Amino acid sequence: MELTPLLEWNALPLAIVLSSFVPGIAIMFLREEQARLRNTLNMAGAVAKVALVGLMLQGVAGGASYEWALEVLPGLSLTLRGDALALLFVTLSAVLWLVTTLYAIAYLEGSQNRRRFFAFFSLCVTATTGIAMAGDLFTFVFFYEALTWATYPLVVHKGTPEAIRAGRAYLFYTLGAGAILVVGAVWFQVEAGTVQFAPGGVVDAAAVAAAPVVWAFIFAFLLIGMGVKSALFPIHGWLPTAMVAPAPVSALLHAVAVVKAGAFGVTRLLHSLFGIEVAWEMGAAAVVAAIAAFTIVYASVRALAQNDLKKVLAFSTVSQLSYIALGVALLDPLAHAGGLVHLVHQGIMKITLFFCAGLIAQTLGVKKISQMGGVARRMPLTMAAFTVGALGMIGLPPVAGFLSKWYLGLGALGAGQPWVIGVLLASSLLNAAYFLPILKTAYFDDPDPSWATGERVPRTRWEADWRMVVPALTTAAFSLAAGLLAASSWSPLGWALFIIERGVL
Amino acid sequence: MTSLDLYTWAGVAVFLLALHAVVTRAHLIWKVLAINLMGTGVFLVLLAAPARRDPLMADPLPQGMVLTGIVVAVAATALALGMALRVVARTGSPFLTVETETADPDPDAPEAPS
Amino acid sequence: MTGAELWTTAVVFGPLLASLVALGGRAWTLRAGLALGSATALAGSFGLWVEVTREGPVRHLLGGWGAPLGIELWADGFSVVMLAVTAVVGAAVSLYSTSYFGDLSQLDAEKSPAGRAARYFAPLWLLLWSALNGIYLSADLFNLYVTLEILGLAAAALVTLAVTPKATVAGMRYLIVSLVGSMLFLLGVALLYTEVGTLSLEELAAADLSGSMATSSLALMTVGMAAKTALFPLHGWLPPAHAGAPAPASALLSAVVVKGSFFILVRLWFAVYGGGSDGGLLLMGGLGAAAILWGSVLALRQRSLKRVIAYSTVAQLGYLFIMFPLLAPEGLSLAGSGEGSAGWSNDAWTGGILLALSHALAKAAMFMAAGNMTYAVAKDALRDISGVAHRLPMSFLAFGLGGLSLAGLPPSAGFVGKWLLLREALAARGWFWVAVITAGGLLTIAYVLMVLRHALDREASSGEFRPVPKRMEWAALLLALAAATLGVRATETFQILLQGGVQPWS
Repeated sequence: MELTPLLEWNALPLAIVLSSFVPGIAIMFLREEQARLRNTLNMAGAVAKVALVGLMLQGVAGGASYEWALEVLPGLSLTLRGDALALLFVTLSAVLWLVTTLYAIAYLEGSQNRRRFFAFFSLCVTATTGIAMAGDLFTFVFFYEALTWATYPLVVHKGTPEAIRAGRAYLFYTLGAGAILVVGAVWFQVEAGTVQFAPGGVVDAAAVAAAPVVWAFIFAFLLIGMGVKSALFPIHGWLPTAMVAPAPVSALLHAVAVVKAGAFGVTRLLHSLFGIEVAWEMGAAAVVAAIAAFTIVYASVRALAQNDLKKVLAFSTVSQLSYIALGVALLDPLAHAGGLVHLVHQGIMKITLFFCAGLIAQTLGVKKISQMGGVARRMPLTMAAFTVGALGMIGLPPVAGFLSKWYLGLGALGAGQPWVIGVLLASSLLNAAYFLPILKTAYFDDPDPSWATGERVPRTRWEADWRMVVPALTTAAFSLAAGLLAASSWSPLGWALFIIERGVL
Repeated sequence: MTSLDLYTWAGVAVFLLALHAVVTRAHLIWKVLAINLMGTGVFLVLLAAPARRDPLMADPLPQGMVLTGIVVAVAATALALGMALRVVARTGSPFLTVETETADPDPDAPEAPS
Repeated sequence: MTGAELWTTAVVFGPLLASLVALGGRAWTLRAGLALGSATALAGSFGLWVEVTREGPVRHLLGGWGAPLGIELWADGFSVVMLAVTAVVGAAVSLYSTSYFGDLSQLDAEKSPAGRAARYFAPLWLLLWSALNGIYLSADLFNLYVTLEILGLAAAALVTLAVTPKATVAGMRYLIVSLVGSMLFLLGVALLYTEVGTLSLEELAAADLSGSMATSSLALMTVGMAAKTALFPLHGWLPPAHAGAPAPASALLSAVVVKGSFFILVRLWFAVYGGGSDGGLLLMGGLGAAAILWGSVLALRQRSLKRVIAYSTVAQLGYLFIMFPLLAPEGLSLAGSGEGSAGWSNDAWTGGILLALSHALAKAAMFMAAGNMTYAVAKDALRDISGVAHRLPMSFLAFGLGGLSLAGLPPSAGFVGKWLLLREALAARGWFWVAVITAGGLLTIAYVLMVLRHALDREASSGEFRPVPKRMEWAALLLALAAATLGVRATETFQILLQGGVQPWS
């Protein structure tokens, strides 16, 4: 791309992190009743973040690079680097934070503890941004662990015994795996002498051959740490349980921020630390691919048995995340592209689905699929968005999900692993098996009569709060656009291919 | 072993006897007395200390230390006795009750607001 | 007067003078004393920090009299760092205490126990502060003894300010343990003087300490100091004493008082004795590991808030002792031979001390936050703090942030400290230490969460609620924030700890 960067300011990554950190801290000092100021701060921060990310996008496309570091100790620093790979994740987070903020403001209207919610919500995005732009393993682990505790208050937000139990399970998994991650990361530093991320990895193949057991343990520890947030089997159990959190939390964090941080971590592990070739030689990459493939099918099978809408979406997320892991674990650049682009595609499609689930729950009080009969008549726009998301999950063109699977399939063939295509097909069929009945129920079954008369649920001009419907429609539109306009170099796919071509991975 | 070394060992012996008393005797005044006696043992050792190197020279340093030590011991004893009196006044017994660490005493026992 | 002389004088004699001021008997003399003490301690500590960074370790001969007859004050990196954290914690707790004990003008010291507590907290604490700073600056064994003794007496008195039967008994037990510990220490000093003929730490470092008398001396001193630092299995006195004391006293006891005896232990073992013996180091580490596990498990079983925090102190102090084997040049491990580093391990040195700093800040914050919660509901049982999270969000946040630090989560100093200790343990192939450090972190989270869960629990909210002065909440929160964010920049701490280092007199 021929562009001259508009802004070549090395502290730009720091500014992007601060754009959500500062509002988060400021909100903590407001009073609970100062809702308007709080909402303004939130939205201002979100808009600022998107703007700054846009500037960085433009800069990187034009060949600039951004790096900012703060020395923590001699030999260890917090390094934030804005390169093409980081931008893939950061852009996703920034844009989706903006729409989710609007959604959350509407969803939580009138509820308690909103100050705590929005303060920690901002801190979560801060941590996610830090993870995305981390230039080395120390920085990555720093923000990754911070993300765990920052999300905890959001999971237990409702304060019910069920929420607190879910919070405990959440921490059990994430902090337990986090402790293992830290050991793995420190050990990596001890054996490799460095914590830097670099395209193609920093580990020497000869060193691995000389001490295979040590390196296998290091890889295993790091994989467990990254894999828990990426919901790899068998450490995925926290995700369905965490659905007890409010919909904005499930939407942004558990469909996008937290889980993509895990998937991003797996990517970094395989490519920026060990290097994909070394990982294959060790057999480690093959293990990841196998676990991912199993998770894809296992989670889809579990989804079939669920009646709670959010639980279905949770298992679907578990399954879809492993596409990313599978893609980046194969030894073919097209597979890498497929995995990377699915990071974005899954994010926008899944968030649409969660937005809709929240809309339906909030407006009609419906959480179970069996009660969703005829929802499409009462809430046509919502169901339209949901349909787009569902079709994307199944992998039908022109929604973006199809493209990820296409590239994953091509990559699998290129890497000499045709069995992957079988897994992809099986997954698509299973997805259809649990999404199509939902669509059928929503469109073709009889609705609850009280909806039409407006007895229990009053009709408003829009089918529901516009501040929730617009975000859902927006992300659905993104999902369609990412598919239809994929040939453009500014589409997620175009950017993923740019990353591969630039050799940043 | 010279006769001067005897002082050192005697001091240590007194110390150990007194230490034994602190641990085994349950009465508070016994404990305080025993601590004082431990101090005495140490002072003996201190006074005998310079004799190892030069039996004839009077080294002022240990004498200063012993004097300071006595002063400190007086202060400590005063505090300990005062506290022992308070213990008797507030619990009615001059024996320290045995605390088993796993059993958490009832947290709702009346406490003065502090 | 040189800078070093000024700052060392300020840091020891400032709080001492302030203690006299605080004995004045009026409400304003208390505040004036606390302010004077805090100001001199803070100014002195940070002045010394700058001085030592510029020139390396500094000394101040009091009155111009040199060793062996005079008293020498000596400050290296380790001293300065401990002085600084004591000053910060001390200032925060002093601020807290001005609101905690209530309005002195309305309390008659002669008539009411609460009045007595209000009146005597400040002078006792300032005396303690002066003694503690003296420990950090002492360059000879006898000075260490005297300052240690003052520290112990003042601390025991602070415990009994709470006037309840439980606190009085706990205070008495603490005093006895403290005095026995000091006596053991003094006997060690006496034996060492018998063997070597000098009290100066610098001269002792140069002397040959391999004889049996010198070794017994170290053993005696270690047992004494271990008792005062509540190292397993001599920790039994700590939970009742720290839990029974008034909240500001608990904060000080757990955060800074126990660090004094720890400081002496480290100086003796490494600076004077050059590392002791391998077996000894392993024993200390092993007891530390036992402390971590035992303390954490017991913390989970407590039913009262302050006891949970007190057992947490027992556990966290264990981490400091794990530093002992990890510092060793050969890199000791319990699983086979280690590969270790050539000299002392900088990682273990900085990591261990960072953990001490982080613990001091976090524990003080947690005791103050707990103090706020019990102040509000006038009860200490865990079941009684239900719902407090919603009424006291700042204290709840302070407690949580403190817990974050103790658990070693970023961005706290505890995270960086753990990273460093783990790095040394992994480099030395000490799998046992790695496992203990990791398990300890997870157990810490378990008991912190236990408290947070009770505080969040709306359903069992009790009725009475006394409003908590804002000053108390701010003091707790500011310290907690310090603990939780210090992991972002530890370079200066690392560098100053190298001034003097593990063996400043070698």
